[in-house]
Amino acid sequence: MTAFKSLASAMVKIFYRDKATLFFTFVFPLMFLVVFGLLFRDAGTSKTEIGVVGDGPVIVGLEQTGALDLKRFDSVDEAVQQVRDGDLPAMVAQDGDDVTYRFAQSDQTQAGVLSGIVTGVVSHVNQAATGEEPRYVLNAANVEDSSLKPIQYITPGIMSWGVAVTAVFGAALTLVSWRKKQVLRRIRLAPVPATTVLSARVVVTVGVAIVQALVFIGVGVLPLFGLRLTGTWWLAIPVFLLGILAFFAIGMLVGAFCKTEEAATGAANIVVLPMAFLSGTFFPIDQAPSWMQSVSNVFPLRHMNDGIMDFLVRGQGPSALVVPCLVLTGFVLVVGTIAAKVFQWEDD
Amino acid sequence: MTDTENPAAIVVEDVRKAYGDLNAVDGVSLTVAEGEFFGILGPNGAGKTTTLEIIEGLREPDSGSVRLLGESPWPRNVALLPRIGVQLQATAFFEKLTAREQLRTFAALYRVSADRADEMLELVGLTDKADTREDKLSGGQRQRLSIACALIHDPDVVFLDEPTAALDPQARRNLWDVLRAIQERGKTILYTTHYLDEAEILCDRVAIMDRGRILAMDAPATLVRGLDAPTRVILERGSLSTVDAEELPGADDVTDDELSLTISTRKPADVLSALAERRALAGLQVRTATLEDVFLDLTGREYRA
Repeated sequence: MTAFKSLASAMVKIFYRDKATLFFTFVFPLMFLVVFGLLFRDAGTSKTEIGVVGDGPVIVGLEQTGALDLKRFDSVDEAVQQVRDGDLPAMVAQDGDDVTYRFAQSDQTQAGVLSGIVTGVVSHVNQAATGEEPRYVLNAANVEDSSLKPIQYITPGIMSWGVAVTAVFGAALTLVSWRKKQVLRRIRLAPVPATTVLSARVVVTVGVAIVQALVFIGVGVLPLFGLRLTGTWWLAIPVFLLGILAFFAIGMLVGAFCKTEEAATGAANIVVLPMAFLSGTFFPIDQAPSWMQSVSNVFPLRHMNDGIMDFLVRGQGPSALVVPCLVLTGFVLVVGTIAAKVFQWEDD
Repeated sequence: MTDTENPAAIVVEDVRKAYGDLNAVDGVSLTVAEGEFFGILGPNGAGKTTTLEIIEGLREPDSGSVRLLGESPWPRNVALLPRIGVQLQATAFFEKLTAREQLRTFAALYRVSADRADEMLELVGLTDKADTREDKLSGGQRQRLSIACALIHDPDVVFLDEPTAALDPQARRNLWDVLRAIQERGKTILYTTHYLDEAEILCDRVAIMDRGRILAMDAPATLVRGLDAPTRVILERGSLSTVDAEELPGADDVTDDELSLTISTRKPADVLSALAERRALAGLQVRTATLEDVFLDLTGREYRA
């Protein structure tokens, strides 16, 4: 066996024999994936239900909006009672030309939305009743939807985060623990170049990350969660690999400065956790305030996230590779160079 | 020591290394012949480990020169590495791997056959622990495994840094057998210890170090003989009166305490035969000078490991 193979195989054994590492590599991110996946599964798909009484163009118009589910009642009193009891947010009754609208004030946002819809429908029906062509024509059409179903951004987000954590911790903890236990010194006394040790660690980290990606995506595409990959998913691979290298370099840097595993764990968390929250791992970044979106641009995780999401679920073309790949390559080079400069074989 | 029949494996000349104000190694010179079992001994903080690390090429000396098998070990000399085996003071193992896996990994690092792993396990008596993970091994077993790791590539020179530290007496004795077996294979061994009795038993020559300097260097027996210290004959208290003891032929000095009567002599044979005549041999012990006495003589301090 070559030195490279034997080191890599030792690293793989060290990895899978450690239950805590296995947990934080696979189970922990998977817990987030499952919880968020189930929690947000139906978000955005359910319609608001309102009560309706009677019949006429307004009721038909409300039905045609497609935004509401209509629940029919025989009498106005019965429907109003439901609103009063808090079972329905609003009711609309049409009796000939009389249109009655009653709504609950408890949820003001919903009340506002419903009032807007009902007012709009009534105005439209009024205008149509005049028989004239409307002067102002609203040109409305669907655009390609970039705000995704929750599972479509949860999966790539959790995947990037999980892989980043693996790379940072794998690099930092191996470095710190091997230096502390003098394994690095022992290796240095063998005729093995440092690059062999480094490349074995990188290859093992990439291997683990690929298994993680397969597991997370495998769970995401289960019918329960309903993740759908787009045709250009394979373009995410270079972003994925560069992202691993960038976080590996960060881990090497953390490992160079920390003397103990405890310090390295803390430092790695300080680096990765804020990044995860600000880079769209747990919620879509385009819903965040604009300052946060600007701030998040300095994080490699943001670019890894965006890059992977663009191809995995948004179906972007190869031109979308440029920005994330350039940014991540920059991180690899800059952080990697610094890490190599401050690297120490042993504590002094 | 540098003739062709017995060439020097290690030549150290006036090596110095300071950490701040502390002169950890303060002008050390020594030569170790091929096949020699050489011990550096001294109390903790004497500079033994730093000296060893400089010879191994792990540290750069501030001044002085080191030739290891005719080459300079610093900076990291890759041509030299396969010819030296180093057992580190801490037990440097890959976590979670079994004894055999450790050895196989190191075998691959030196590009030697994986079969060497089982040979080494047998040499150090760990064959039945081959599939035990390193963290489940006892202190003595870990020490033996780390020695096996140092020998995996059949090096010419073996460095052992306190291999017997923190071992129980039985484990120490087992390890001595291992060390002797290594020497019988013709290896040069340079090792540090703070057990003077052990160095006396194992080493061809020893260097006694204290505060970064070598105080004496020779074969243990020669050092002890050079001390010209009296032999102490110890008897059970009451087997002879102090007055009678002082009148024995060859007795230089007599002391007694609650337990025993000690007669110092430079003619132990005379004293012993006189005691035998008087049938006063109850609880007899004879103590000759040891390296501890050499250390006391050299430093004026009791030796404490």
